[in-house]
Amino acid sequence: MQLVLEKRAERSNTIALVSPLIAIGLTIVTMVILFAILGKNPLLALHAYFIAPLTDGYSLQEIAVKATPLVMIAIGLSLCYLANAWNIGAEGQFLIGAVAGSWIAVKTQGTDAGAWVLPAMFVLAAAGGALYALIPAICKVKFGASEILTSLMLVYVADLFLDYLVRGPWRDPHGFNFPTTAEFDPVATVPLLIEGGRLHLGSIIALVVVAAAAILLGRTIKGFEIRVVGAAPRAARFGGFNADQLIILTFAVSGALAGLAGIIEVAGPVGHLQPGISPGYGFTAIIVAFLGRLNPLGILIAGLFLALTFIGGEQAQIAMKIPLDVTKVFQGILLFYVLACDSLILYRFKLVFPNRQVARGTG
Amino acid sequence: MELVEAIILAVLAASTPLLIAATGELVTERSGVLNLGVEGMMIVGAACGFAGAWLTGSILIGALFGIVAGTLMSLIFALMALGLAVNQVATGLALTILGIGLSGLIGAGFVGERITPAAHLYIPGLTDIPLIGRVLFGEDAFVYFSLALIVGVWWFLYRARPGLILRACGDSHVSAHALGYPVLRIRTFAVMFGGACAGLAGAYLPLAYTPFFIPGMTAGRGWIALALVVFSSWRPGRLVVGAYLFGAVTILQLHAQGWGVGIPSQFMSALPYLATVIVLVLLSRARTGGSTAPAALGTVFVPDR
Repeated sequence: MQLVLEKRAERSNTIALVSPLIAIGLTIVTMVILFAILGKNPLLALHAYFIAPLTDGYSLQEIAVKATPLVMIAIGLSLCYLANAWNIGAEGQFLIGAVAGSWIAVKTQGTDAGAWVLPAMFVLAAAGGALYALIPAICKVKFGASEILTSLMLVYVADLFLDYLVRGPWRDPHGFNFPTTAEFDPVATVPLLIEGGRLHLGSIIALVVVAAAAILLGRTIKGFEIRVVGAAPRAARFGGFNADQLIILTFAVSGALAGLAGIIEVAGPVGHLQPGISPGYGFTAIIVAFLGRLNPLGILIAGLFLALTFIGGEQAQIAMKIPLDVTKVFQGILLFYVLACDSLILYRFKLVFPNRQVARGTG
Repeated sequence: MELVEAIILAVLAASTPLLIAATGELVTERSGVLNLGVEGMMIVGAACGFAGAWLTGSILIGALFGIVAGTLMSLIFALMALGLAVNQVATGLALTILGIGLSGLIGAGFVGERITPAAHLYIPGLTDIPLIGRVLFGEDAFVYFSLALIVGVWWFLYRARPGLILRACGDSHVSAHALGYPVLRIRTFAVMFGGACAGLAGAYLPLAYTPFFIPGMTAGRGWIALALVVFSSWRPGRLVVGAYLFGAVTILQLHAQGWGVGIPSQFMSALPYLATVIVLVLLSRARTGGSTAPAALGTVFVPDR
């Protein structure tokens, strides 16, 4: 028996819509098996992961807080991936944005600097993230170096740079030698939306980013160019679109968004700069981008869903002692199923029996 | 003099996992498949390798565990990228994300445990020769195996008929298919070989390099191995040079930190990653007269009937 792929005459729009749902369903089935192997009650575990966080206000806010960086980064990545540019270093751009924005917060600490501090931090963070993303983009366009490898290598560099700053020049002198800056001043902190709650201004910014991306992709020539360069490079060349320029543009935009997400995380929920400010947002955002089908609205939903798995994972760890790594396994498996189901949009799967002589596929 | 010897030994040890993983990926890419999941396969190989050695007390069984784990991981990749014609870049990334999670899950129970690391060769007389004795006759088995592996791969690719067919698949899957070669099956084997090597390279870390397992201990070595394949222009000979150069950079920055050079340690630790970026840029720039990459690298192939 062999599995053979048959190309569909045209892409199936029905499957394009339901494939993320099939993928989530298959992932949950796989997780049930994994929970059983780990000796945990699968139903209780699923409840802790997916239902419990939705039942109290604090967790709901926490989901929105976690979804904020995921959605912002994934929107930027989706522009890159649509243009067939592979930025996988968003984690590094996130960290550099956090560092660049924190610079103002650290330098104005304890002074009577006014309300300009936070906007200035945002601008600097976006600029820092964009410049950091431009390194692999320019290496790609000017020298042909693989942007996949260079952008990924720069993640490690950014991580070490942040580590150096908070252990060296920026360390809080009253911080008992912990590698962290002092808590940011109130003017350098992202304001909360609900007094005493967790939800902050960043979530509104993320929604604005989603809307802007939807307009860019659906209503503007630039958005059209991005989609054509990725989907039909030959047609794009005939159309006179400059693919190199689009790589630079999409990398810069995605770097800026990742950088902005970085400073919002630091000046918001975290409150100071320290190592480990990201539980891998830059990499999880890759999954968010694909699960959301590289579509802004889809990314918003996917971001909330992945944020749910982060919060659910923490709750499952506390309630049932399920290791946190299960969340990463879950996210990896989910990406696999999403990609496999995407294949259904272009192909039909057929099982063929060897006695009917056909072209060979994998066994 | 002893310092020189110590440095050479350390460079060889640091280079070996890079060389093994990159050798596997070289074969995979020569068949036309770009598997970006090396880091994921390595880290699972490291966790399973340590588990195997800790449970049985045998380094050999640990290494086999690593190989099997890496191969199983690569089979997931093959099913997706070859069987279901999914984008190879995205699949490779998914494999790395999954691998990091799985290794944490598998290795969680072994953090803090120690094993006796792989024994080093000792031939009385020969190993005692000053300076070169321990370098040539005092390594662990992985080092010798890695060199045998790369020679074997060179022979296979350039001197054996199956190697020629494998390269044909990598340069033009349409032609290879038209000649009647089972392109997808050949590529599946190439991907599995890459996975086995990545798993072994990962297992080397807790079995010989440091005798314990820590989560994330591959620290980007899988990605550096991918860069090495580009560096080598897909040629085994240059791969050896590249792997030892990178091993040397890693060790030199460690020693520089020890000598108390007035540079913060984080900057020295960043050197191997920065060197990778710089090397990729310089090499890609030097190669203006057309690419040396396998022509069909990373492209999806669905056989027609």
